[in-house]
Amino acid sequence: MMNFAWLIPAIPVVSFALILFFGKKMPRQGSEIGIAAIASSFVLSCIVAVQWIQRVDETVSEHGLGIVRAIGKGLLANPEQGVAITPVINTVEWFRIGTLEVAVGTQIDGLAVMMLFVVTLISLLVHIYSTSYMHGDVRYTYFYAALSLFTASMLTLVVAPNTLQLLLGWELVGLCSFMLIGHWWEEKENTNAALKAFLTTRTGDIGLMIGVIVTFFAAGQTFDIVQINVLALEGHGGHTIWMVGASCLLVGIIGKSGQFPLHTWLPDAMAGPTPVSALIHAATMVVAGVYLGARMYGVFWQGFSIEDGGVNPMALVGGITILIGAALAFVQDDIKKVLAYSTISQLGYMVMALGIGAWVGAVFHLFTHAFFKALLFLGAGSIAHSGSHHSFDMKKDMGGLRKHMPVTFWTFMVGSFALAGIFPLAGFWSKDEILATAGQGGYEIFMVVGLVGAFLTAAYMTRCVWLSFFGEYRGHADPHESPKPIIIPLIVLAVFSVLAGLANASAFGIEKFKEYIEPHGEAFPEVLTPQFDVALAALSFAIVVIAIGIGGFFWVDRRELRALKGLTDRSGAAKAGHSFLMNKYYLDHLYERGIVAGIKGPIARAAYWLNQNVIDGVVNAAGRGSAALGRLTYRFVDQDVVDKAVNSIAQETGNVGGLLRYVQSGRVQRYALMLFGAVGVLALSLVIFS
Amino acid sequence: MVAQFLVLAAVLFCIGVYGVLARRNGVLVLMSVELMLNAVNINLITFSAYLRETSGQVFALFVITIAAAEVGVGLAIVLLIYRNISSPDLDQLDQMSG
Amino acid sequence: MNWFQDWALTLAIFLPAIGMVIILFIPRAKENAIKLVALLTSLVTLAVGIGILADFDYSNTGVMQFRVNDSWIDLIQARYHLGVDGISLPMLILSMVVTVLCIVYSWNHFPEPHNPKGLLALILLLEVGMNGTFLAEDLILFFVFFEIVLLPMFFMIGVWGGPNREYASIKFFLFTLFGSALMLLGFLALFFLAGTFQIPSLTAKAGIDIAHNTQNLIFLGLFLGFAIKVPMFPFHTWLPDAHTEAPTVGSVLLAAVLLKLGAYGFIRIALPTLPHAAETWAPWIGLLAVVGIIYGALCCLAQTDMKRLIAFSSVSHMGFVMLGIATLTAFGINAAIFGMVAHGLITGMLFFVAGSVQHNYGTRELSRLGGLLTSAPKMGWIFGFCVMASLGLPGLAGFWGEFPAVLSAYQPAPGLDVTTFRIFMVVAAIGTVLAAGYLLWMYQRVAFGTPKPEFAEAHIHDVSKIEWLAWSPMLIGIVVFGIYPQAIFGITNGAVMKLYGG
Repeated sequence: MMNFAWLIPAIPVVSFALILFFGKKMPRQGSEIGIAAIASSFVLSCIVAVQWIQRVDETVSEHGLGIVRAIGKGLLANPEQGVAITPVINTVEWFRIGTLEVAVGTQIDGLAVMMLFVVTLISLLVHIYSTSYMHGDVRYTYFYAALSLFTASMLTLVVAPNTLQLLLGWELVGLCSFMLIGHWWEEKENTNAALKAFLTTRTGDIGLMIGVIVTFFAAGQTFDIVQINVLALEGHGGHTIWMVGASCLLVGIIGKSGQFPLHTWLPDAMAGPTPVSALIHAATMVVAGVYLGARMYGVFWQGFSIEDGGVNPMALVGGITILIGAALAFVQDDIKKVLAYSTISQLGYMVMALGIGAWVGAVFHLFTHAFFKALLFLGAGSIAHSGSHHSFDMKKDMGGLRKHMPVTFWTFMVGSFALAGIFPLAGFWSKDEILATAGQGGYEIFMVVGLVGAFLTAAYMTRCVWLSFFGEYRGHADPHESPKPIIIPLIVLAVFSVLAGLANASAFGIEKFKEYIEPHGEAFPEVLTPQFDVALAALSFAIVVIAIGIGGFFWVDRRELRALKGLTDRSGAAKAGHSFLMNKYYLDHLYERGIVAGIKGPIARAAYWLNQNVIDGVVNAAGRGSAALGRLTYRFVDQDVVDKAVNSIAQETGNVGGLLRYVQSGRVQRYALMLFGAVGVLALSLVIFS
Repeated sequence: MVAQFLVLAAVLFCIGVYGVLARRNGVLVLMSVELMLNAVNINLITFSAYLRETSGQVFALFVITIAAAEVGVGLAIVLLIYRNISSPDLDQLDQMSG
Repeated sequence: MNWFQDWALTLAIFLPAIGMVIILFIPRAKENAIKLVALLTSLVTLAVGIGILADFDYSNTGVMQFRVNDSWIDLIQARYHLGVDGISLPMLILSMVVTVLCIVYSWNHFPEPHNPKGLLALILLLEVGMNGTFLAEDLILFFVFFEIVLLPMFFMIGVWGGPNREYASIKFFLFTLFGSALMLLGFLALFFLAGTFQIPSLTAKAGIDIAHNTQNLIFLGLFLGFAIKVPMFPFHTWLPDAHTEAPTVGSVLLAAVLLKLGAYGFIRIALPTLPHAAETWAPWIGLLAVVGIIYGALCCLAQTDMKRLIAFSSVSHMGFVMLGIATLTAFGINAAIFGMVAHGLITGMLFFVAGSVQHNYGTRELSRLGGLLTSAPKMGWIFGFCVMASLGLPGLAGFWGEFPAVLSAYQPAPGLDVTTFRIFMVVAAIGTVLAAGYLLWMYQRVAFGTPKPEFAEAHIHDVSKIEWLAWSPMLIGIVVFGIYPQAIFGITNGAVMKLYGG
């Protein structure tokens, strides 16, 4: 079956085409095609996963765990190192340029299997959920077509055996998120968000594109990921080139996975329908960046010298993102924006984990986060659908929903606890894995960052849950529980959010991720396997509980804390801090200023562009600034210099012609005079010179 | 002997040139052109006799034929000009001015 | 099939001419007869093209096939020498297909002052020039066909064009003529120094008996001729004017095929006959190419007219093609040829859509448009598809012209400065973001939102049957080449390796 893994992305592609062309004629407007396709992909993914586990088990039982070395294609196989659990790679030739052959196909290994499972499962649940959530939407069929393509692109990316196919999937994922974020394109706001998302990630893609090129040449002209990783770990061609390659790829990750400073598109992307947000944040799009980091880990390991400890760009970016994302989540009134900033922060954990050598931690966190974040988003969607009349404003339209929507409430609670990292839910285990590796691998600073992040996460989720489900109902709708297609995915996800962590519950000695997901061999570095640290786990658990406690005290209306309540109105410092956060560190705010100033004068615009492209780099800064620059160039260089030069040549030719026209009097006798004059002069010269 | 004929031809030619350049009447201009052509004819015949070479006379006959045709066309043009502007005056014709 | 081997290329060039002559004899009033003759002619020509495709030996794409080599003007040793190889084949087919589609599209889209007889005759004459240029193996023959192209386009813009058509048509004509004059000088210099007009023998000699400085001078002449046609920055100013004023089919033909003549000239003539000079000039070509990429993109951002924006985007996209060529590597040149075909299809389509938008709304001002997806959803989708293809989305044709060109700049041919080209690579990569910026910005203003009040009540026709007929082959081509690039790389690679593999 693993040889037929190409079917997994192929089925949704076919379904995309079918829905696009025949969807409207189907009894359920195409949604049944989408669901059937994703369901079959999901079943295939499960089969592939089981077969991969069997493959690993067989090899291990045959040769013993200690000597198993997995490398790709056996291309650098060294018999003394033992046998390899090679990834199952199936390719066909795609095209050939020069002497280079580029293949397309599937590469199935632990990481790919895990991703296939997550992506198809969450996509399937989102499909089912949408039948109710998007019911009666103007572009229901189109929505399902886009969902299919979205899933197909992500699956293509996941199984990619080479960087070129990865790039293909990567960009298609970007396209689909553009289509889905801008799903309600009648509103300018939504299309702006879609454009912002596409252009920002595209800015990051410069990095990815150049990174692919650099690694292509660094590995001796190949796109093959296994080979690139092997050569990177050998340090083939020197350390510098791998550092350049890793840095460029990191820029790609920053753009796609919403890392600082290219994170600003993610909250805006909430303009899309909620199921899409769930899909984007849990299983596709943003995790593509983390997946790239995990997939090409050899390059990062070598390029950033991760083994040596200290500080490296990848860990730093991740660490900063954890904190800024979590801090922003506090001041949002829109429940989806809280979750969006939470995603940014959690992605920060994953990127940081990759940066500090916690590969298993990063991938494990990706796995668990997918379930509880999808759960939270779908829960928020459930509230909007049945509780708050399509509003996401927690302060105005929610509150007290606990009584009206019990299932949504309890599943949302599970998701929040899992996200906060309450023992023994999923988030606890994966977060602990990352923190333990940071502590034991020479990255103590990042362990502290992670703990602070855990504190913030627990606190803002407490606020979020409190505002939406407790207190008095503040909305104007008639809240009731959502229908079954919405409830069932919530329950499924809640179950996974509880249990997923046990896959690698190191405290109980279960290390399935280590066993089945982590590659072993020359294409993968010797990453540290942390020991379960009871003290650290207890510390992080205590921090979470304290954070929930503080959050609870603060948000629950208690008399003794009233003193704190109006703090932002009375204390200048608190007010400044609050508005600093409210304005998203003034990053977006600065754009608005820039736009106004830009309208006033192009020079201001150009200056704005120069100033801001480094900090935020968001393309609506770069784009608007360069629009001004473009207008300048167009008007003053193109039209005034280059074009004028051309015109003046023509003008001069015309002027010369104008002089000559005096000769052309039109009078016969004047012509005759000229003729005779010329003859006379010629005759004279003949006489003189001969 | 030859010299007198050549002088005659030169005088005739100059009168022709004067006529072409100075007269305003189209018919007279054409006649002046005839004068010039005939001056050339005289030259041709003179040299033909002097050099005992018949091709000069052949050319003279040729020129006479051409001149006849030319006068025919020329007069037709002058006639058309006269019909259009009711005057044979060449100075009034400058439509071809650039 | 032996006669076909001998006659295929001659037929491919001159069948349209026959069709044109027939059209000239049909009275102007019989419009349907004229249209039918034009369509049939172009279809028969395309059939010849398909015959060539079928009979082409794909294992030897580097070898000139269907060769014709007869005496022509003995006095100057110019010969009637034709041939097709892996480089010219895709361009030839592109030219034939686009001509057919333009005639189909014209069926009910004749711009003012109507006169189908004139327009169709000119399109056919244009095809003679285009096909001939791609097939000529003799410099003089090449030059003749290269110039034939000017005339119909001049009249197309000058007669059927927009309000500023006279200025645009004369500018187009003079600018390109200026370039070809210098190019002709280069050809003559090659003839006097190398003793032949035959491209294969010139390529074989590779300029070895010409002094290096002289080579550089000759190359400069050729460069100007071709660069104006491409057009490269800073010789591009004729292009936006010509595109803005030209009728829709004129714009499509201009973008899809005419611009390719210049780049084709580089690949076929300038680089192989003067390889040493090419090495000297390559960094400058690369520099102008990347300046063009960024500059074109910036100018796009400043446009208010949809068609002019697309025209400037051509400057930017042809920059990628020229960057690929400037690397002098097999990789880059393959990318350049792919880029030419892809740009032909994609930008051609964009101009078609822009034409239909103008047909429907009577304006191309971005500020007045909006809500195309609401009023004409199918056209909006097609437009979005083309925008995505144009910004180089992988999986569609545009990507394969762009990415390999950028990639090849990382490691240019030996002898070229690596650092310079790597800087070009980074700049070009930034250009891809700008491209996404201006294209999406245009799409947002044209297609998203709701129609402006002035068009709220207007009846906007969605894609008509004729338009489907004219557009679907291009749309299919964009997808097929995007998913299976081997369809073009497989043809070009052998020929490119033969010329640039060493």
